[in-house]
Formats: sequence, C-alpha cells, structure tokens
Amino acid sequence: MFAVLALRRLKGEKIFILSLLLGIFLVAFVCITLGNMFYTQAKDISALIEAAKDINVLEAIWISISAASTATLIAFIFGTPLAYFLARKEFFGKSIIEGIVDVPLMIPHIVAGIALYAVFMRYGVLGAPLQRLGLAFQDAFAGIVVAMLFVSFPLFVDAAKEGFKQVDPRFEWVARSLGASQLRTFFEVSFPLASPSIISGAIMCWGRAISEFSAVLVLASFPRSAPVLIYERFTSYGLKAAMPVAVLLISICLLIFVLLRLLGTKAGSSKK
Amino acid sequence: MEVKKGEYFVILGPTGAGKTLLLELIAGFHFPDEGKILIDGEDMTFSPPEERNIGFIYQDYMLFPHLTVEKNIAFGLRARQRGRFKRERREGREKREEIERKVREVLKMLGIEHLAKRRPATLSGGEQQKVAIARALAIEPRILLLDEPLSALDMRTKEHLREDLRRLNRENGITMVHVTHDQTEAAMLADRIAVMMRGRIVQIGTPREIFSRPASAEIAEFVGVENIFSGVVVRNKGGLAEIKIASADLAGSAGSASLAGSAGSATFSGSETIFAVSKYGEGTAVNVFVRPEDIILAKSIQDFGGSSSARNVIRCEIERITSVGSGLVRVRMRNGLVALVTAHAVEELGLREGDEVFAIFKATAAHTIKA
Repeated sequence: MFAVLALRRLKGEKIFILSLLLGIFLVAFVCITLGNMFYTQAKDISALIEAAKDINVLEAIWISISAASTATLIAFIFGTPLAYFLARKEFFGKSIIEGIVDVPLMIPHIVAGIALYAVFMRYGVLGAPLQRLGLAFQDAFAGIVVAMLFVSFPLFVDAAKEGFKQVDPRFEWVARSLGASQLRTFFEVSFPLASPSIISGAIMCWGRAISEFSAVLVLASFPRSAPVLIYERFTSYGLKAAMPVAVLLISICLLIFVLLRLLGTKAGSSKK
Repeated sequence: MEVKKGEYFVILGPTGAGKTLLLELIAGFHFPDEGKILIDGEDMTFSPPEERNIGFIYQDYMLFPHLTVEKNIAFGLRARQRGRFKRERREGREKREEIERKVREVLKMLGIEHLAKRRPATLSGGEQQKVAIARALAIEPRILLLDEPLSALDMRTKEHLREDLRRLNRENGITMVHVTHDQTEAAMLADRIAVMMRGRIVQIGTPREIFSRPASAEIAEFVGVENIFSGVVVRNKGGLAEIKIASADLAGSAGSASLAGSAGSATFSGSETIFAVSKYGEGTAVNVFVRPEDIILAKSIQDFGGSSSARNVIRCEIERITSVGSGLVRVRMRNGLVALVTAHAVEELGLREGDEVFAIFKATAAHTIKA
C-alpha cells in the first residue's frame, strides 16, 4: 500500500525528477573538477602548508583579493546610480546604453586586455596623462583593478538594475508624499529594498573580478595576482607546483563567497 | 472639480476610468499635460510630492517592508524634521521624543498600539491598512488621498475600517478624497461623489443626487439603476409628468450594448405610462430611471390598501427571484422591471416565480433626464 502511494507520488513529480536528473550533471561537473583537485592536494598536505607559508603566494592572493574588492567598490559607487537610472527611466537610446554596459561580458577577455592596454599603457590615451599625475596602470596595482573592473562591473549593474526594477515605484512615491526628498527616498527606501540584488550583484562582480586572468596578464602581470602566479608556476614547474596555490586561492575565495552569501541572505530576509 | 475643506469626497467609477491616475496627479506623482491643481488656492500643479503635505493610501498599503510598524509611521515625521528644521537638528533628543509621542498618538487613534514592533509582512490586510492610514495621518496632511483602500479587505474588516475612515474625517476634519468602484462604499462614506468614466468626471453631486438622479443612462447603469426606460412626455401638470414609454429597453433605442438586459422588452400590462416628477414639458423625449429599491411589490392592489399616494402601479409577472446577500432579494419581472426587496417580504407575500404582482413606485422615485 505504502509502495503504491509512493509510486503515485513519484509519478506526480515526474517533471521535477527529470529536471533534477538533467540538472545534477552541472553540479557534478563542478564537484568532480574541484573535488578532484582538493582530493589530490589532500594527499600532499605538506605542499599546501608550504604554499600557505610562501610569502609570494600570500602576497599574490592578497593582491587578488584587494584588487577585486577595489574593483567591486568602484563598480558599486558608479554602477548603483547607473542601475537605478536604467531601472527607473525610459528614454530613446536606453537599449544602446544597456548594450554598451554588457559589451565586456561578450568580448574575449584577452581582447579586453589588449583594448585596456592600448588605453592605459604608459603611452596610452588615458595611461600617459594619468601617469604624469602619478597614477600608473601598466604593471601596477591600479592596472589589475582596471582590468578586473572592466570584465566584472556589468554583472553588478545588471543585478542592481533588476533589484531596483523589482522595487515598486509606489514605495518611492509614498515616501515622497510623506515628505522625504528624492535623495532620502533613494537611501531609505529604494536602496534598502533593492539591497539583496545589489549584494548578490556585488558578490558576482567580486567573484568575476578575482578570477580574471587574461586581461590582467596583458595590462598588469606585475605585481603578480594569484591567477598570474598560478599560471607562471604551472608553465615553469608543472601541475604539482601550481595546484597548492590554486587550492589555497579557491579555499579562501569559497570562504569569502559563503560569508558574503550568508550576509546577502540575512539582508534579504530582513526586508521581508 | 473642486473639493471642499473637511469634505469626504469620493471619486466613483468603473475599473480603468483613470481614478488612480487622477489621485496620483493630485499627490504630485505625475505631472498633468494640461490643467491646474490648486491646494488652498495655491498652484501646486508642478510641485514635488514632498512639498504638498498630502497623505496617500494605496489599496495594497505600500508599507515599507524593511521597517517596523512604528518606523513606518515615524518615517514621514523624521523626513520632515530633517528636511524642514535643519537648524533644529541639534535638538535631536527632544525631536526624537516628539516623534515617539506622535507615533504613539496615531497608533492609539487607530487602536493598533500592540502592532508597533511588528513587521508589515506579519500583519493581516486590515492591520496593514490601518498602519498605512496611521503613517499618512502622522504627518497631519491637509488632504488624505485613498486609492481603493478597502477593496482588498474582507467584509467585516471593511465595515470596521469604513467606520474608522468616517470617524477620522468627522473628528479630525481632514479633507479626504477616496477613489472606489464600489457604490455602497461611496454611498456610505461620501459627502459628495464625482462619477468618473473614461478619464472624465461626468457627474458631481451628493450620494442622493448621484444614485437617484444620474445624469446619463451610462451613469445610471453604473450606479445600479436597473430600471431605465425611454419615453416621451405626453402631459405635464405642475411638475407631474405623464410619460409614454416608447421602448422599455433603453439599450435598443440608445444602441448601447453595455445597457443590454437592463430593462428587457417591457410592455407594461394595462399601462405603458409612467408618472414622474419632472420639469420636462409635453413632447420632450426623456429617459426615466427608477432604482430597484424604490419599487414596492404587492400581491394585489387591495393588499396595498386599494389606493395609495403612489402614482405608478404596474401589473407584472415574476420571472426570476435571486438572493443578492445581506437579506436582500432581486425580483426580476417578465416585462423587465427589477425590484429589490427583503427576503423576509418575499417570504411573507409568498412570492414565487411566475406569480402575478403589482410593482408600485412613487412619481418622485422616477427620475427623468432629457434623452
């Protein structure tokens, strides 16, 4: 009797079972790839400890984290108003601006690196005058930030825009009818209500930034960011030298990623 | 359109008439292409909402979900304090206490003190609407705009809140502009009603005027005047007009599909004439409206006392008896007349479908307008 009921219930869930069976493929894909790396490294834990003590490795990871965080902060400062504007206003040419924002997502990152290099190198259109002002990009921390920003900010803007779109404009109207200025309405109503999407966009932006390799390599291979260091070790000394650094980077990134996600979920639930 | 100070003004119209947009224009959420909005004689057409001092209440409350009830209510007070009294910001504590006092005051006024610390998502519809009203009242607005504020609520809550709204208007003297498509709501709350159709105000008047003397067949149909006839005045003696009904089915003669079925194809047995108090003279083509609740039913004229002051007595055959709730019954005659009577009366008279009855109404209940 119980088996018959269970079978009937399963029949009613057919579409979900099929979805799960197909979808699990992608989850397994990630788990196998990263799991294998962690498993292999676990067998050689001393190499991992060695890497964790290596000042060059720690410095590269720190550069990656700080550059990605700076890029995310810049994306947040300039991207939030842009996202709000695009979410709230309809105007001629809006789709063109939206298209331009998404261009960095479409082009190969090596191409992005070359384009950025042409602009920000020592003799570049922006690179030259800014260098005279003391801000160098070529083979400099600022160059890493610029490369990361270019490839990652569209993820932030798109997520924030969707977040603002989901905020009913009537919340803002009511706030203003209560006497709040436009700026106050933005900071106390629109922004907090869109914040789950904004946080999610910032996390995606940060994750995309820290993982950038090609554009960073072209514009600023020094100081070494973690992916550049891993690549160098892989080409010079092979898999055994590259993997501990890779595992270390992934572990730190995953930790930060989980913490930020938890923060995002908490922020989201407090809006309900 | 002019709303008087302290008035409870209802804008009544079908869905899609533009009522909400009109309210949002008054609040300053949109700017009009033409026309002016004057508040206390001051031109506010293009003033931003924050400068108008108008409270706005939506059907779906629009409470800030990330703030507690008390913070929702304090929102406007805090915004005003910072916006207006920059110099006084130093007196922070004093101001904070003043805000807290005001919040407690409006919470008490609406009987929702116990909800102060709750989040909007944890409240029922009625509670949320009370919080929305409290939030709007806290800023002491000169006008309170209400966009279908009772539509999403159950019957019981609706009744309570309706009383609250009327009380607030009476006791606090706040000018209220309330938008609804519900005639009962309009009739019960309004000092005056504006009927809005397809973006235009088509009639303004007291509830009595709107419901008894609708200015057009379309308004009549919308406000529930189910007995609409077209005819010609054949005689008018001192204001009492004798109207020969040309076609009881106004839908046919007016060519308006929306009116179809409002009166059927009535030919009154023994009488094709209606008496109405009317200013129109002989030969004038008129439309005659009679509200269903103004019609009295009697089994026989003798039952009714043989004679009465009522000028119109029409012999009819009952086609259908339908309950419409609240102890009321809609009795539709074969000739198209519709009467609204109590279920108790139907039972007492023993009315059944197919029975012959007399529909009786006074000449003052028959309202005429020029066709």
